[in-house]
Amino acid sequence: MSSNVTAVPADIVVDGRHVRVPSNCTVAVALFDLGVSAFRKSVSGQPRGPVCAMGVCFECRVTIDGTPHQRACLIPVADGMQIRTAGES
Amino acid sequence: MTARPDVIVIGAGIVGAACAEAITRSGRRVLILDASFAGSGTTAAGMGHLVVMDDTPAEIALSAYSVGLWRELVPKLPRTVEYRPCGTLWVAEDEEQLDAVREKQRIYSEHGISAETLSPSQLAEAEPHLRPGLAGALHVPGDGVIYPPNGALALVQMAIANGAEIREGVRVDAIGVREVLAGDERISCDCVVNAAGAQAPALTPGLPIVPRKGHLVITERYPDFCHHQLVELGYLASAHTMTTESVAFNVQPRATGQLLIGSSRELVGWDASVNRNIVRKMLDRALDFMPDIGSAAAIRIWTGFRPATPDAVPLIGAWDESPGLWIAAGHEGLGITTSLGTGQLLADLMAGQQTAIDAAPFAPSRVLVGEAVHS
Repeated sequence: MSSNVTAVPADIVVDGRHVRVPSNCTVAVALFDLGVSAFRKSVSGQPRGPVCAMGVCFECRVTIDGTPHQRACLIPVADGMQIRTAGES
Repeated sequence: MTARPDVIVIGAGIVGAACAEAITRSGRRVLILDASFAGSGTTAAGMGHLVVMDDTPAEIALSAYSVGLWRELVPKLPRTVEYRPCGTLWVAEDEEQLDAVREKQRIYSEHGISAETLSPSQLAEAEPHLRPGLAGALHVPGDGVIYPPNGALALVQMAIANGAEIREGVRVDAIGVREVLAGDERISCDCVVNAAGAQAPALTPGLPIVPRKGHLVITERYPDFCHHQLVELGYLASAHTMTTESVAFNVQPRATGQLLIGSSRELVGWDASVNRNIVRKMLDRALDFMPDIGSAAAIRIWTGFRPATPDAVPLIGAWDESPGLWIAAGHEGLGITTSLGTGQLLADLMAGQQTAIDAAPFAPSRVLVGEAVHS
């Protein structure tokens, strides 16, 4: 989908990987676009990712700029953002 | 149950469950009745600490005995009980409290409980998120935490494995002489154990137990935020003095990585609603000791009713007013810890055997004696 987006790009860091994403999308969309599906891990270590995409299910939580449990589906990406997913924990 | 039960235990909270489990080991046929389901009342609302406390000689004897029994039981517990041997840090704010910490260490040592005094720098190293400037702490490494409802369930299942039966959703209306009345049913037995917690006086009038409300807050998962159960030294004064309202700093790391924040005490009858004022005071107390906890997201607040007695000592033993009636209730906020000691004490008394600790301080008849004096 990134090919359809004309917005200015944002440079972010996902699990230590420097990537360029469209700046007019949510963190969840950016992560999906990068092929990330395991946003976080459950208590028993199973992978979890977005279900509702509207801030209700809390399944899409990631660590953004050091703050854990941020809902990726509600937060727009921003230049310089540091994101950690289950891939790194 | 096809055969008549020898013993009916009323209440499948952790205390009733522990009594049932211990009694089945003496070969008796036990029927457990619960108005709702196992571990659903006060047990489900508690923090689940397994902690030695020394407010009274009776309390340290029972809690030290019980924590020892928990450690023996741990290898047999399912993972769902979430036992975590995190130990306790009793945090001292100033030199005066540090003196109290040293006295506490001496008392623990007398009871064979290992404990060490931490200097301010050792405390800061052990728990970096505590505020600077604290005077030190007493580290009690043998303490731990469990997830209480699953602890009760595990004990019920052990009792069932020993031949007990549980019937949930059966509300007992009255206790007769060697019988229990529940709806249309009249179930006879040799002994009845009233382990109905804060509701015990409804079935045994005269028991001086009142519901003492407490609030707890649980957060999202923040693994490694803290490593020990943290309790301010002033906790005992807050928890065990019968004031109408008090709070104390008490934070626990759960096996899931969540933080459980307590504690409060209120005497407001059976009003279970969340009191925002006391939650604010409780969280302010936590913020005072751990400023960084303010960045944690709380996801749930709940209340529970601790069964409190006037002398802060539970009632364990025969109820002399009624033949065959035994009491195991009034454990206030220490019932998860003291459940195992209570169960074993009661089972030994019932079997006429020597008890591991002196049972006299817990005798429910102390209440009757007091009544006679005052009447």
